[in-house]
Amino acid sequence: MNKCIERLYNGIIKENPTFVLMLGMCPTLAVTTTAINGVGMGLSTTAVLVFSNLIISMLRKIIPDRVRIPAYIVIVASLVTIVQLLLQAYVPSLYNSLGIFIPLIVVNCIILGRAEAYAAKNGPVESAFDGIGMGLGFTVGLTCIAIFREILGAGSVFGMEFIPEDFRITIFGLAPGAFFVLAGLTALQNKFKAPSATNGSVPQSKLACGGNCMNCTGSACMANHTTLETLRIQAEEEALAAKKAALAKKEAEMKAKMEKKDE
Amino acid sequence: MGKLLNVSSSPHVRSKETTQSIMLDVCIAMLPATAFGVVQFGINALLVLIATVVACVLSEYVFEKVTKKPITICDLSAVVTGMILALNCPASIPLWIPMLGGVFAIVVVKQLYGGLGQNFMNPALAARCFLLISFAGKMSNFTLDGWTGATPLAVLKNGGEVDLAAMFIGKIPGTIGEVSVIALLIGAAYLVFKKVITLRIPVTYIATVAVFTLIFGGFDINYTLAHICGGGLIFGAFFMATDYVTSPITPKGQIVFGILLGVLTGLFRMFGGSAEGVSYAIIISNLLVPLIERFTLPVAFGKEGKKS
Repeated sequence: MNKCIERLYNGIIKENPTFVLMLGMCPTLAVTTTAINGVGMGLSTTAVLVFSNLIISMLRKIIPDRVRIPAYIVIVASLVTIVQLLLQAYVPSLYNSLGIFIPLIVVNCIILGRAEAYAAKNGPVESAFDGIGMGLGFTVGLTCIAIFREILGAGSVFGMEFIPEDFRITIFGLAPGAFFVLAGLTALQNKFKAPSATNGSVPQSKLACGGNCMNCTGSACMANHTTLETLRIQAEEEALAAKKAALAKKEAEMKAKMEKKDE
Repeated sequence: MGKLLNVSSSPHVRSKETTQSIMLDVCIAMLPATAFGVVQFGINALLVLIATVVACVLSEYVFEKVTKKPITICDLSAVVTGMILALNCPASIPLWIPMLGGVFAIVVVKQLYGGLGQNFMNPALAARCFLLISFAGKMSNFTLDGWTGATPLAVLKNGGEVDLAAMFIGKIPGTIGEVSVIALLIGAAYLVFKKVITLRIPVTYIATVAVFTLIFGGFDINYTLAHICGGGLIFGAFFMATDYVTSPITPKGQIVFGILLGVLTGLFRMFGGSAEGVSYAIIISNLLVPLIERFTLPVAFGKEGKKS
């Protein structure tokens, strides 16, 4: 059970597909014009993701390794078709506003990515929870972006208008605005060091730049050279010591042999 | 002793020009067009100008203060950005729109990419396009002497006739800074005289537009002249396309850049949806500058050119 909760945390915060893994950028940028679209897209993807992870995980020992990608696609495409027909039947307005991006869930890299990286190697229950976590993470990401874009571009939240038409910045409803908001939110997330796979939780490197090439300039670079030099000398000394030890051991063995002979 | 053993990297011989002096020259060169705009469009034009410049300088100061960088507002580059942006707006615009544009120009286009010298496109023009997309109605609402009229380019686009003499002097509706060709040419002459800009980019740019409109406009001299004097072509060619940061530094590259600008402007004006295309042409060409520079790199002194 603990593992399942860890999966949820991992999907929503630590490896958030939108802000950390940067997966599924096409729907992220295209459908987030209004908050309701963002939630709709996120939840549709979640539904597909949970069931595709579950089914792929259950079939993981049956699917031959060589044809696994076509097999995954068949599973995902069937699920997407089901979701598409359900949306068309019960929420036609959402179906119309999402348009081509519902069938395109088939090629969403989050779904194939999770199938390949997690569901193909783990049991059905964990995989299903991984799907829920990743799906909710995607929903949270899309909704955040969509709320900002809707407020700035259309002056409303979930369709409730509160900013007069004169003060709306139309560009946030268009493609460039999607990039602005995505970049801004990702920068904020990095700035405030929300726990994620890309900051903090990796073991720190011994180098002065922390293994991050963006910080490696001037004095940090010099310090790195010194560190590398000491590491090299250390390694050499260790190798020398090992050699000596091996030699000493050999000599001792020889001595022992000689003594045996003498006896 | 310290002076004798002064160790520094090249260049060792420097001219007296500084960023500040060049930017000041650009400001001075824009004054005739600014004065003309203020006289023609009234006090509101002056307010737009002041508001935009203040917004640019203030946002640069605040950004650098917050990110603990050296304060660079004294190099006047933010003032130039603000002036260009204001001169690209119509006088009737509500003041907060160009101010928002100023903040966008400085914070997003300039400072987030590393400040002056690192920006990949002209901040003022990027902000203008940002405003043009966001507030299409207000940004193209041109009034003159109390009545709202179409710009000469829009008239041309719809197949009407325009008054060339009025366009040359500037008695036409348009943005604050672009209307008067004669005032802009005086400023441009000052820049060329002070050697702040060379004529390569403006001349190739305007000539290409002339050739393009001549060929595709049915060899009508009046039509071509109207395209040259109309819209932001003169303003763009002398003041915005020649921005040091976003134009090529190689002489050949500058000529390629000018031709590219001309072709794009011609395409946008004659075959595009909108009547004007100078700003879009310039920011698109800005993006191609690194590529142009790579292909027009001059042969280093002492090295042979490619053997044929």
